[in-house]
Amino acid sequence: MDLFEYQARDLFAKHGVPVLAGEVIDTPEAAREVTERLGGKAVVKAQVKVGGRGKAGGVKLATDAADAVAKADQILGMDIKGHTVHKVMLAQTADIAEEYYVSFLLDRTNRTFLAMASVEGGVEIEVVAEENPEALAKIPVDANEGCTPEKAAEIVAAAKFPAEIADQVADVLQKLWTVFIKEDALLVEVNPLIKSGDGKIIALDGKVSLDENADFRQPEHDALEDKAAANPLEAAAKAKGLNYVKLDGEVGIIGNGAGLVMSTLDVVAYAGENHGNVKPANFLDIGGGASAEVMANGLEIILGDPDVKSVFVNVFGGITACDEVANGIVQALELLKSKGEDVSKPLVVRLDGNNAELGRKILSDANHPLVQRVDTMDGAADKAAELAAAK
Amino acid sequence: MAIFLTKDSKVIVQGMTGATGMKHTKLMLGDGTNIVGGVNPRKAGTSVDFDGTEVPVFGSVKEAMEKTGADVSVLFVPPAFAKAAVVEAIDAEIPLAVVITEGIAVHDSAAFWAYAGAKGNKTRIIGPNCPGLITPGQSNAGIIPGDITKPGRIGLVSKSGTLTYQMMYELRDIGFSSAVGIGGDPVIGTTHIDALKAFEADPDTDLIVMIGEIGGDAEERAADFIKANVTKPVVGYVAGFTAPEGKTMGHAGAIVSGSSGTAQAKKEALEAAGVKVGKTPSETARLAREILVG
Repeated sequence: MDLFEYQARDLFAKHGVPVLAGEVIDTPEAAREVTERLGGKAVVKAQVKVGGRGKAGGVKLATDAADAVAKADQILGMDIKGHTVHKVMLAQTADIAEEYYVSFLLDRTNRTFLAMASVEGGVEIEVVAEENPEALAKIPVDANEGCTPEKAAEIVAAAKFPAEIADQVADVLQKLWTVFIKEDALLVEVNPLIKSGDGKIIALDGKVSLDENADFRQPEHDALEDKAAANPLEAAAKAKGLNYVKLDGEVGIIGNGAGLVMSTLDVVAYAGENHGNVKPANFLDIGGGASAEVMANGLEIILGDPDVKSVFVNVFGGITACDEVANGIVQALELLKSKGEDVSKPLVVRLDGNNAELGRKILSDANHPLVQRVDTMDGAADKAAELAAAK
Repeated sequence: MAIFLTKDSKVIVQGMTGATGMKHTKLMLGDGTNIVGGVNPRKAGTSVDFDGTEVPVFGSVKEAMEKTGADVSVLFVPPAFAKAAVVEAIDAEIPLAVVITEGIAVHDSAAFWAYAGAKGNKTRIIGPNCPGLITPGQSNAGIIPGDITKPGRIGLVSKSGTLTYQMMYELRDIGFSSAVGIGGDPVIGTTHIDALKAFEADPDTDLIVMIGEIGGDAEERAADFIKANVTKPVVGYVAGFTAPEGKTMGHAGAIVSGSSGTAQAKKEALEAAGVKVGKTPSETARLAREILVG
């Protein structure tokens, strides 16, 4: 889960990383009072989870409270690369002498954590990495040893921070590591990390991404989720404990196992090339169990998606037997009908694996008018695409 | 021969006495796995009856190894306790730990991976978030259904469980030497490369099927490895061509970040290494069949 800048700033402050005063607001009028609290001027910063907001006009200096209201009014509602600005952060202004870059992140390739640091901050770090790779120091950090004072000094030296600020930067690095560990982050990035006119090191802008697998020990992270921005179908699926991602096609997909479902999306997209370019409408993994209840929950979400024209249920019975899955589908359709749900979209079902013959027979015997059986994955995808295109 | 797991493997189950552990211990026993014990400090000294097979419960991995000679542990331990359980397996120096658990925080898996390294990598870790591995006809360590296929000469390595089953099913008449599910998390122990290396050295494997998915660069690195080191034919499949950028697709590690981790890049890297890559699982199976049976 990626956080907004103001949320990153709050986490930095919580763990002692030096930041400037700032408050987040969602109406222009609120800017007046906040700006006065901040000393009569402020930087108004769009809160969007996308880079390049400065260039897009999403960061503006306000010279007084009235100006802050005007600037907030300009920025709120702005569209930045497809992201609508619903909140702005008003931050204390900074006297910037130098701009640097520091981060900690998961290095998947090397299965370790990595510190990155550069004295060329304030620009996109990908650009630095591309054009001037020597300017970006990359130092592995052992997950069990952490960012010790020695490790912090190593990072500072590798990035060639000036001697007069070396201790300050090392201190910030250790505090940032605390954020990384204590918050179960996948990324903590400060860009720019600045040296102010009076020689202080401050995190001016930050990016944090959190590991959702750690939610069980991070009860406070739930409140950081941008629930308003979530797709309503994704939110409904999440509430039911389903692994669902909304996509922009017409063929609803239900399957078991993440890999098989990803593969199903691809196969449907290929089939769609022959049927009016229809595409998968979603990713939905109902997991190994595939009980009637889970199937009903999944079908309810998918049938409730107005974009869906046909549904492809693709199940490989591993430990789960296909007869149980077939019964699940039949019961799920009855359950949804009895709840008054609109059950009118055609379903193509492919069952393979454990007890497939039995499962197929159950579907055939049930003879549900909306359900068609196709026994290969490619064939079923083709049928589902055809049905979606015909609608 | 097979890789990592044979009929001689002595298997213990950490988390055997939980619901998932019980269910799958029973299934593994049914597949002929030599399960010699379970681990649960609170139930040490008791035993569990699986349809007439008494499996003793030990207080620790170390004790189980001392008393039974166990050399494989399968872990069905909930995410919150998984790190401690893997660390215990590493401390006991068990040669193979198969971590089935899904949903382990990445800081925990990074920590136990680093710990294994610091301890000299005496324990091979498979997973986490994986279905485990099976050597058909010999032993099954994990949750892969034992009755999909028979012993044969195809080696399979996959990030995905159900795609492993699908592929074993499509090629069930030919059979498999071993199938290894390495898991879909961002940090895993055994990689595609480790399995490729073992299959290349395994005299009972004639062809390798490698299944990847979006996220990270494991497939690209495997492609480099294949080019330099693998002489046996490799057939590949990559899932997730239609996955949008920035969205996690079921597996914690299955995410396209910016322009990195795409299925297209992985497919191209594999093809450049001489791997035949199928567009769908069925086509992939067909490619493997053509090479083996003509």
